[in-house]
Amino acid sequence: MSQRPLFFRVLFLALGLIFIGRLFYLQVYRDDLKLSARNNVVRQERIYPGRGLIYDRDGQLLVGNQSAYDLMVIPHQIEPADSADLARLLRISHADFKRRLEKARRYSSLKPSVFMRQISDDHFAQIREYLHRFEGFFPQKRILREYQYPHAANVLGFIGEASDRFIRTNAHYHPGDLIGKSGIEKSYEEVLRGKTGVRYKMVDVHNRVKGAFKGGVYDTLPRPGSDLTSTIDIELQRYGEALMQNKRGSIVAIEPATGEILSLVTAPSYDPNLLVGRERSKHYSELYADSLNKPLYDRGLLAQYPPGSPFKVINALVALEEGAITPRTSHVCHHGFHWGRLHVACHCGTNYPLDLIKGISKSCNNYFCRIFKSTIESYPTAQEGLNAWSEKVKSFGLGQFLNNDLPTGRRGFVPSASYFDKAFGYKGWKAVSVISLAIGQGELVLTPIQMANMTAAIANRGFYYTPHIVKEIDGAPLAADNPLQEKKETLVDSSHFPVVIKAMRKVFETGTARWSAHDSIPMCGKTGTAQNPHGQDHSIFIAFAPPENPQIALSVVVENGYWGSRWAAPIASLMMEKYLTGEVDRPRLEKRMLEGDLREQYQADLEARLERARKRREKQKDSTDA
Amino acid sequence: MRNYGNVFRELDYTTLLLWVLIMFLGWLNIYSAVFDPEYASILDMNQRYGKQLLWILTALGIMFLILLIDSSVFYTLAYPIYGLSLLSLVLVLFLGAEISGARSWFVIGGFSLQPSEFAKAATALALARFLSGYQRDLRRFSHQLMALGLAFLPALLIVPQPDLGSVLVYTAFILVLYREGLPSLYLVIGFALILVFVLSLLVPLPYLYGGLGFLTILLLVLGRRQRGNGWKVLGVMVLCGLTVQSVDFTFNNLLEDRHRNRINILLGKAEDPQGIGYNTHQSMIAIGSGGLKGKGYMEGTQTKYDFVPEQSTDFIFCTVGEEWGFLGTSALVLLYLVLFFRLMIVAERQRSSFARAYGYGVLCILFLHFGINIAMTIGLAPVIGIPLPFFSYGGSSLWGFTLLLAIFLRLDAGRTLSL
Repeated sequence: MSQRPLFFRVLFLALGLIFIGRLFYLQVYRDDLKLSARNNVVRQERIYPGRGLIYDRDGQLLVGNQSAYDLMVIPHQIEPADSADLARLLRISHADFKRRLEKARRYSSLKPSVFMRQISDDHFAQIREYLHRFEGFFPQKRILREYQYPHAANVLGFIGEASDRFIRTNAHYHPGDLIGKSGIEKSYEEVLRGKTGVRYKMVDVHNRVKGAFKGGVYDTLPRPGSDLTSTIDIELQRYGEALMQNKRGSIVAIEPATGEILSLVTAPSYDPNLLVGRERSKHYSELYADSLNKPLYDRGLLAQYPPGSPFKVINALVALEEGAITPRTSHVCHHGFHWGRLHVACHCGTNYPLDLIKGISKSCNNYFCRIFKSTIESYPTAQEGLNAWSEKVKSFGLGQFLNNDLPTGRRGFVPSASYFDKAFGYKGWKAVSVISLAIGQGELVLTPIQMANMTAAIANRGFYYTPHIVKEIDGAPLAADNPLQEKKETLVDSSHFPVVIKAMRKVFETGTARWSAHDSIPMCGKTGTAQNPHGQDHSIFIAFAPPENPQIALSVVVENGYWGSRWAAPIASLMMEKYLTGEVDRPRLEKRMLEGDLREQYQADLEARLERARKRREKQKDSTDA
Repeated sequence: MRNYGNVFRELDYTTLLLWVLIMFLGWLNIYSAVFDPEYASILDMNQRYGKQLLWILTALGIMFLILLIDSSVFYTLAYPIYGLSLLSLVLVLFLGAEISGARSWFVIGGFSLQPSEFAKAATALALARFLSGYQRDLRRFSHQLMALGLAFLPALLIVPQPDLGSVLVYTAFILVLYREGLPSLYLVIGFALILVFVLSLLVPLPYLYGGLGFLTILLLVLGRRQRGNGWKVLGVMVLCGLTVQSVDFTFNNLLEDRHRNRINILLGKAEDPQGIGYNTHQSMIAIGSGGLKGKGYMEGTQTKYDFVPEQSTDFIFCTVGEEWGFLGTSALVLLYLVLFFRLMIVAERQRSSFARAYGYGVLCILFLHFGINIAMTIGLAPVIGIPLPFFSYGGSSLWGFTLLLAIFLRLDAGRTLSL
């Protein structure tokens, strides 16, 4: 019997140890319970600042902010009796109301979720004073963009909610945050967004706010985003978009002295206000689905074309720099270039010796094939020759990324020796094997912005500044050490440029663009017809004006436009006139460009392509049957 | 009237001190748990801390009064008091107010009285008297039956309220009986049945029967030397088998949904931190978030913002955990252990078996409350609503425990005199 008390002592000690052990486990060992406690109790409220505004180069407001309100709900707190009244106020059906509420409930009964997205300013103003009557509903202010002009959609871009995947890798963003998705909104996202403020509130188990957490000591104030001054001239942009209506292609206009992009037109485009607010997703899907027109695709930055004849100017400059030719080097065109079994056609219509200036202004293929061959063959091997050529071509900003402040771009392609070594085998090729490069065809592809940039380099007589889209942040110009401010020298000495520029002047005076010339404004340019294996050739034109002290350099591409002087040259000319004088006094030309409609052409091309595809499939079927 | 000087000289002040200390600490924590800045006055009778202060003061009064009563009174009145408590338990089923789905309280004026709290003390007295009877021998089956009947009759009356927590506390008396001579076999059976009970909820039945069968064979082989062992083993195993079956039946058919759910959640078979397992989950969060040193007095966020339900009563331990951390909780656990060891010493030094049996009654009741309450808050037991003695808010429970303890202290103070 006397050992019975021992049982009790053991029992007490054992239980005591078990408890202390468990307490140790819960309180000292485990960390997650402390975190759970924190989550229970502190609610983070984000305060969104105003997003930075965007102006054009003359201070016109392009993008402003407008408020919209999301209606949030905490299902646990609502009074069921209110639903009919509130549905009426929100202008939705009772069934819709129920559906939304169900969705919120499924997410969480105690946590707030979005009941109705982006109620417009006006609508909200009407219902705001009644909202407080409805337990469990509260508004959350949102900042949306307001685009002042229905232009420059591709330049400015748009904003949308950050995706889950993005949020996971970027601690700065939280679900529901808006982020730039394209254009300046995207490439300057960090500058425009400012800093979100945070308010920490204590909440009880029913999610009711009980006060500020630790007296607000962890709260932070929001910082508004910085305003941007873009390099775009909105008047010129508007004009360019008008000239390009009902056509496909692009216009890229640059101020040569600074590299500032005056205008970046892609056609077809869209009204940027379509991608704002509640309808944004729907409109985006529609625009995205238009795979023929591709309005969301910025052709000026992304479309790659073989440049065609405009590239001849570059070849001329490289040939001069290499000493392979002088301005007086002449060749006679016999309806093209012929070498052995190789024939390159030419439609310059001349049969007398052409010097450099005439060769450019008449755009003679034979001339350029010959000088290209001379350029390459001035080196002991084709490899060395082509590499030297490639290097100088690339120094005009071609065949590589421009590394500017635009969110997207393509590299283009300027081949060098290694490319052809792989294709033909080492020492398996010569200058004539790659002769299409002479006339801007073959493997060579450029983007329109690259073409505009090289034009600017020519206008500057041998250097350029990286084309960029923003010139000031919060009124302050770009810093001196900003890489966009770096002067980039081409590998062609400035002494070689005047003769080429004179030739480009002649293009307007007597050459292929003479129908686009202006009687008092001197202009320089070069027409081009880029071969298009899938349909009609593209109409290309590069130009700058005035020849002395150039203010604007541009490239125009009109897809399937037959030949350069038909569409691209007149458009380029009108753009330059508009920019230099502020108005246009060639109403008939202007009218013809504005009214120019290539849609039937595009439709015909499409049908032809479908027809070809159908024939191919039939042939395949026949061959397998047989 | 005896010499009161004697009483106060022989009184066990250690226990008294521990009692006051625990009450005071309990009050501090209640203050923090229920604190409302608008009603900061400690004397505000509308707030629980104000009321608890009143209960504590009155409890001191009760203690004093009981100490004045002659100790033989308790012996004499043991059975009548017991009878009265049985009556009150029956009456409350008809006259009691329905609170939280149970009829456990009499409501008189602004105050409520819970008869099951006082019935514990009455049962301890009656049982002690029974056990101290001449020629009482718990090795005799008839006496075993009577003792168990005496101990569990009140429990039976509490079942219909329903208040399963209080019912559970009556198992404490088995421990008392064990101290007073109940054969250990009962304890072994008791533990075995509990084990089997829990296992039958966790382990699929076929495995369980297989295990029992194997164990039976093993024990028969081991115990074949001693005659009669075989029957004992078979008897126990049959009992286990029956238990397994009845558990299954009870669990699915007799227990209510909420009990099932609570048990399932405890066993890890179900998960719902926002549902019925919510209490335990929140409680563990509150306690766990205290860390080593706690967040400081009055600084518990889980407490302040009502994340733990029944904070001032059943889950008062959470406040300790959150605000005083591991140091605080283990200190409190140790404090109770000191109380229990002290009570054991006092009980063992009694010359009369009545006083000793009663003492163990007090000890075991307090111990069981302590064990279940704390285990529940730290997730080792399902949520069973019983208070932490002297610590939780509640007039009836505080008076009930105080009464329980006071009688024992009085009996102890008179131990040097013959009864």
